[in-house]
Amino acid sequence: MNASATASASAAPVLRLRGIGKRFGKLVANDDISLDLYAGEVLALLGENGAGKSTLVSILFGHYTADAGDITVFGRQLAPGQPQAALAAGIGMVHQHSTLADNLSVLDNIMLGTEPLWQPFTRRAAAQRQLQGVAQRFGLVVDAQALVGRLSVGERQRVEILKALYRGARILILDEPTAVLTPQESESLFDALGQMVAQGLSIVFISHKLPEVLRVSHRVAVLRAGRLVAQARTADATAAELARWMVGRDLAEPAPARAARAPDPQRPVVCALRGVSTAAAAGGGQRRAGAARDRLLAVDLQLRAGEIVAIAGVSGNGQVALAELLCGTRAANSGDVTLDGQAWPADPRVLVQRGVARIPEDRHGVGVVGDLSLWENAVSERIDSALFSRWQLVRRAAARAYTERLLQAFDVRGAGALSAARTLSGGNLQKLILARALTAPDGRPPRLIVAHQPTWGLDVGAVAAVQAQLLAARDAQAAVLLISDDLDEVMALGDRIAVMHAGHLSAALPAAAWSRATLGLAMAGGPAPVAGAAPACAAPACAETADAH
Amino acid sequence: MRIEARTQVSASAYALAALLAVGLPLLVSAALVWWAGAPVAPTWGLMLKGGFGSVFALSETLTRAVPLMLTGLAVAVAFQARLFNIGAEGQLYMGALAAVAVGGLHGGTGLELPPFVVFPLMMLAAALAGGLLLLGPALLKQQLGVDEVVTTLLLNFIVALFISAMLDGPMKDPAAMGWPQSVALQGELELAKLVPQTRIHSGLLMALTLAALVWLLMRRTVAGLQIRAVGANARAAAFVGVPVRRTVVVVALLSGALAGLAGALEVAGRASYLTLDMSPGYGYTGIVIAMLAGLHPAGVVAASIFVAGVLVGADSMSRVAGVPSYLADVIVATSLLSVLVAGWLLQRRVVWRRPADRTFAKAKEAAP
Repeated sequence: MNASATASASAAPVLRLRGIGKRFGKLVANDDISLDLYAGEVLALLGENGAGKSTLVSILFGHYTADAGDITVFGRQLAPGQPQAALAAGIGMVHQHSTLADNLSVLDNIMLGTEPLWQPFTRRAAAQRQLQGVAQRFGLVVDAQALVGRLSVGERQRVEILKALYRGARILILDEPTAVLTPQESESLFDALGQMVAQGLSIVFISHKLPEVLRVSHRVAVLRAGRLVAQARTADATAAELARWMVGRDLAEPAPARAARAPDPQRPVVCALRGVSTAAAAGGGQRRAGAARDRLLAVDLQLRAGEIVAIAGVSGNGQVALAELLCGTRAANSGDVTLDGQAWPADPRVLVQRGVARIPEDRHGVGVVGDLSLWENAVSERIDSALFSRWQLVRRAAARAYTERLLQAFDVRGAGALSAARTLSGGNLQKLILARALTAPDGRPPRLIVAHQPTWGLDVGAVAAVQAQLLAARDAQAAVLLISDDLDEVMALGDRIAVMHAGHLSAALPAAAWSRATLGLAMAGGPAPVAGAAPACAAPACAETADAH
Repeated sequence: MRIEARTQVSASAYALAALLAVGLPLLVSAALVWWAGAPVAPTWGLMLKGGFGSVFALSETLTRAVPLMLTGLAVAVAFQARLFNIGAEGQLYMGALAAVAVGGLHGGTGLELPPFVVFPLMMLAAALAGGLLLLGPALLKQQLGVDEVVTTLLLNFIVALFISAMLDGPMKDPAAMGWPQSVALQGELELAKLVPQTRIHSGLLMALTLAALVWLLMRRTVAGLQIRAVGANARAAAFVGVPVRRTVVVVALLSGALAGLAGALEVAGRASYLTLDMSPGYGYTGIVIAMLAGLHPAGVVAASIFVAGVLVGADSMSRVAGVPSYLADVIVATSLLSVLVAGWLLQRRVVWRRPADRTFAKAKEAAP
């Protein structure tokens, strides 16, 4: 792969960005960024969340208009702010989240918008032939007649790429393409990318994951705080170097160095699920890919005090159902759930009173009411308690004082107790939600923490703060359920790890029993490692069956 | 030219927005007055005088403001819970019908009870009638996802026909010489006049009290917090344990009840019997008032008095100056539009030209 990059380096760049600048209010999202992309290479755009990667490609694709600078594609100036112009110039974009219509077939989705309105009949046969040609050329096999709603996330992504190629894209932008894939699906994506660049296409690959950037790209451009801080040939760069450029300092260990706690059957079971099934999501998460598959099928799980159980899996395989069940917003169809040995109270208020701390996945849409103030959001879970209301009147002074305490203790910055919650940045919002969940006004520590994607989309500082809070809560004898798409996080924090696939949950084995490879296999529906294979895991697995009756 | 979000709202922006909200309706109405061939400033003076210039003018304005306050509150409460109640007009008529049904029977065929018992019963019946009328659309929305804008709007016409049938049928006043009007309320049930020789009645005090109570409910109670949470983000409200469905039902009953009371106060305070033209669209104007008020109860009171003053003043002005009183509708409509536009612009700013690299560099220096 590197050979082709070197060969074309002397040629004129296919894409040339010069001095791109973009501000949002006071925030400088892109600052004087100049980049070149050559034919036949994969350029990785590396940077933390919020470094300006997405803004840059949104400008490139015409979603935003740059405040400064200009873009040249194949030697011609690109009209700003017009996605059609970008498409016509041969730029294709694959978004992080699927932009396909679920109710149409693959072929329909790909043809959508490519035919003029006044043409009396669609030319499906010709389109299908053309699609087949493109698919064969790049090794992207997909059933053109299949309904997109029935495809897996990996297959949808393939359709998105095909859609761009079908329209004649010569430059492909992939925005965090591996975020929703299993490790094995990622590998097959990387193979396809290799075939594309071998045929002279150019690819911009956006990521914040170092290993895959090193694996797939020819050159790397690193963004930090809106600036282009470094560019290098991937072959010449090391992971440590890239990490330093990305965060601006030496990164000690990507995850807090610690040993997973050995499972201990003596610890009390806080929450237990036995044969729990739920219906597929009807409301709530329907906008997510594959919502119909997001349900639980005969799930068994035990959460013990003082340990973190991490649930790995490709999103859309039942994680939403599990999280909603334990947050009290979804009911089980069958099976039973217990909290401290008693029947599960399927009411968020009662759960909170009983010491269940809940951190939802969608912090803007579910975690807070953006139009209400911070203090109203902070007390909303416990508004019925005598501390915050009397005779149905809200005790505003007490509520505000409590909120001020939370803001201080959890270092929430950027807004006061009276400001609307929507004015907080993602990281500060998450700290507020964490503060609300973990801090009972009477000082009782939480019994059970349900954290769904708690660090998704946060910057490194906020990720560390959130993870430290979860670890501290575990050390204070809370049972923690961590549901995460991020394998690194699962492996760094989980004392025991279980994998979710198509509604089924594997046994929760000690972290040591898993490797990245076996996790990936289980995420794709393969079997979990045999409990007896690793000596450490035999005991708790047995213990679980022993006290499960 | 582009429009982008404003991060901070300066004091001058607030002043400009207020100026726009007041200035635009004045400008548009001035153009129309000029077009109608009347002198602009004296016509405005006549309107002001006709709406607020004397005890009589003020009393007429306040009389007209009473039902507007209640329909405005009804709409404001519902909209805060994102229940788009367009049916305040129908709820008002159902409330009026229920009030007449209870209050008109007294001493006649049915109830042999003293007025201080019948009056609360009459108000309760009106509130219930309005509330139950909105309950149907609210439940349909919840259970089947039927759009409440359509159902509440169409119910207005069903109610109008139902009232018409009642006024020509069982509730027809036999002494009305064939006019479709209901039997009258018993005299003891009519509201006292606040100022002698005028039509302003004690319903005004009730409306003001209800506005204060609605403010207390929405801004100070647990239920109010829940209603606002459900309206702003139902999923987040459900996550913290707010019973979303129950909250919407309660809001529907409350909103419909307020509109129903508007009808009862019109009957008891002003008309004493029900006719088909009792309300000149108070229910629809209530939507305008709630929006003008930013859904705030105190704003509803102020907006009701403003709109009533414009309507009464324009009537009076048209008799003298010969400019059609439709001018009032234009003023109310442009006021609403300009308030909405001003509020929208407050959050944004218009960038007239592409900022040069120079300004961009300057901003960069400012934000290290």
